[in-house]
Amino acid sequence: MGKQLVIEPITRIEGHGKITITLDDQGNVSDAKFHVTQFRGFEKFCEGRPYYEMPSLVERICGICPISHSLASAKACDAILGVRVPETAVKLRRLLNCGEFIGSHALSFFHLSSPDLLLGMDADPSARNIMGVLEANPTLAHDGIQLRKVGQLVIEAFAGKRIHPSWVVPGGVNAALTREDRDKIVGLLPEAKTATLAALGWFKDVLKNFRDEIASFANFPTLFMGLVKEDGNLALTDGTLRVIDAKGQIVAEHIDPKDYAAYIGESVEAFSYLKSPYYKPLGYPEGIYRVGPAARLNVCSGCGTSLADQEWAEFRSYERGPLLSSFYNHYARLIEILYCLETIERLMADPAILNPEGIRAHAQPNFGEGIGCVEAPRGTLFHHYRVDRNGLMTWANMIVATGNNNLAMNRGVQQVAERFISGKEISEGALNRMEAVIRAFDPCLSCSTHAVGRMPLLIELIAADGTCLDTVQRGG
Amino acid sequence: MTIPAYPTFPRGDSELGKPVGILTLKIDDRDVSARRGETILEVARENDIFIPTLCYLEGLSSLGACRLCLVEIKGVTKLLPACVTPVRQDMEVVTDSERLRRYRRMILELIFSERNHVCSVCVSNGHCELQTLAQKLGMTHVRFDYLYPRLAIDASHERFSIDHNRCVLCMRCVRVCDEIEGAHTWDIMHRGISARVITDLNQPWGESETCTGCSKCVQVCPTGALSEKGKSVAEMVKHKEFLPYLQIMRRNER
Repeated sequence: MGKQLVIEPITRIEGHGKITITLDDQGNVSDAKFHVTQFRGFEKFCEGRPYYEMPSLVERICGICPISHSLASAKACDAILGVRVPETAVKLRRLLNCGEFIGSHALSFFHLSSPDLLLGMDADPSARNIMGVLEANPTLAHDGIQLRKVGQLVIEAFAGKRIHPSWVVPGGVNAALTREDRDKIVGLLPEAKTATLAALGWFKDVLKNFRDEIASFANFPTLFMGLVKEDGNLALTDGTLRVIDAKGQIVAEHIDPKDYAAYIGESVEAFSYLKSPYYKPLGYPEGIYRVGPAARLNVCSGCGTSLADQEWAEFRSYERGPLLSSFYNHYARLIEILYCLETIERLMADPAILNPEGIRAHAQPNFGEGIGCVEAPRGTLFHHYRVDRNGLMTWANMIVATGNNNLAMNRGVQQVAERFISGKEISEGALNRMEAVIRAFDPCLSCSTHAVGRMPLLIELIAADGTCLDTVQRGG
Repeated sequence: MTIPAYPTFPRGDSELGKPVGILTLKIDDRDVSARRGETILEVARENDIFIPTLCYLEGLSSLGACRLCLVEIKGVTKLLPACVTPVRQDMEVVTDSERLRRYRRMILELIFSERNHVCSVCVSNGHCELQTLAQKLGMTHVRFDYLYPRLAIDASHERFSIDHNRCVLCMRCVRVCDEIEGAHTWDIMHRGISARVITDLNQPWGESETCTGCSKCVQVCPTGALSEKGKSVAEMVKHKEFLPYLQIMRRNER
């Protein structure tokens, strides 16, 4: 008699999800699924609101990456207005996104995942948290907390507020950067860089302890997608889409994000509120692709900043083609933090960023439709709006970073289940690995379904006849 | 003939011997003087005594609609709105008591529950009279069920929009348009909970034949209900200073 395991809620991720694992009569894994169990409905209740409220409205999708949403939204609004965003505002928006990446990646790597990486996947769950890290390696924990703080301070310096600011507006931004704030940010960078390099050094050292995880954490061929600049270098805020295959061949590039619908299809599965986007030319589900930190570093031809480029070259040397295991996302996050710190450093040296004029273009809505796209910490984010002639929203579609990875997360869960689960008992380590594969993607489930709720984890072991044999639950 | 039972506060004959038209009374145990015909609110403001208001706006006629300026008057069992109650000789007014605070909070809560006042994404966030009052009067939560009415935005005007979700029916727009601009574009339709401000005969604002586009209604609106189009969240700062100036200019012309 087969059975089913359910992990609910999944811990140390952002949002609410569960995993079910179905076992056959021999106790082998026959199926595993990742379910996003919250429903939010942003796309629907935006309807009827004025376009200029959207950047702030969609920020409420998430408290961790509100900046990414506001940027994608403002870019969609720029397109509705039909304006050219002034150069200073373009740079300020890029800088703001760097702050978001630093804060969010630090949260994912240090607060959520470093307990697994430092203490091991099989460590006592009561110690497997940031407090445990603080005890075992105070410097690492301290660096993590500092880096997250730097990210949040950068956001505050630009936008006036760390969470849910209303600084990014259609046509640009609504306040110039002051000299004092610029100097404040510049002062934060050296220590942040040292901390990031220290974490990178440590992580590369511990990678060898995770051969099993690297081999099984969503390690399979898929397409990868991300924004790149004209020269193919990593782009986070402005760029065109590039898609590569599992061998590293470019499948499509120079795709203007406004043409996303020609390349990305959206499918829906009954077991999850999260939609499953796929690469249209390959169909569903063969068009499985991945986005996010490792995907971006796979897709781009380099970073374009000196230290990050060195780290990128080393990162890419781990495999002949793209790095297929999603475990490498942790690694890629640190490199991206470094890239963002260097990018801030470079842009801060440009006197143009202090220009108080030219931070905002004004217009009335000139077009009925607009598409905005940025790289969010978790991957490519699309906002697509339609408005009536008075500028009121009539329709919205969002593909959030986590959604792009849905097919891959499901396959990843299955792969880990097959590797680590056998028989009717679920070991603590196996349970944690099921969560950790999800954590590697750093999914934001609140974003992905655009719901409120705490994140508990439940694993149910369900028999072939549908009876529940075993349930393992963690409090949310 | 006896004095009517309402309002029944002691009148006495202490007006005798005072300059004509000057009354004396107590507000919050302070002796204050007032001109005959002034309201309690006017006298309180002259003496820097705070009474919360929402629908009241200096320069416009007073309505007594929002009831936030309710005060206690010794000898009167019911609470009276300070903005429309004239002072009387020897009146004793209390502007702040536990009972008043309770009522005022309840009024605010009812206003908040009636429509969709979502401050965080409102153009007037940080510059809103309703929001400021809620903070000042210590409204920490709303104990009533929100009604979540489904209300539309009229963005048909070229420069302004009306979001009924944020409207508190203070009628400042109606009054300023009628009394100051002289256009009387704004009015109220329906009654009670279904009351709405309308332009002309409930036509879209953009099609109004009477609207002069002067924006006085937008500037006097206490919340984000009336706003300039294109203003992002928290960017709508209202400028009501024109109203007293306009009044002075007009008085001088006469």
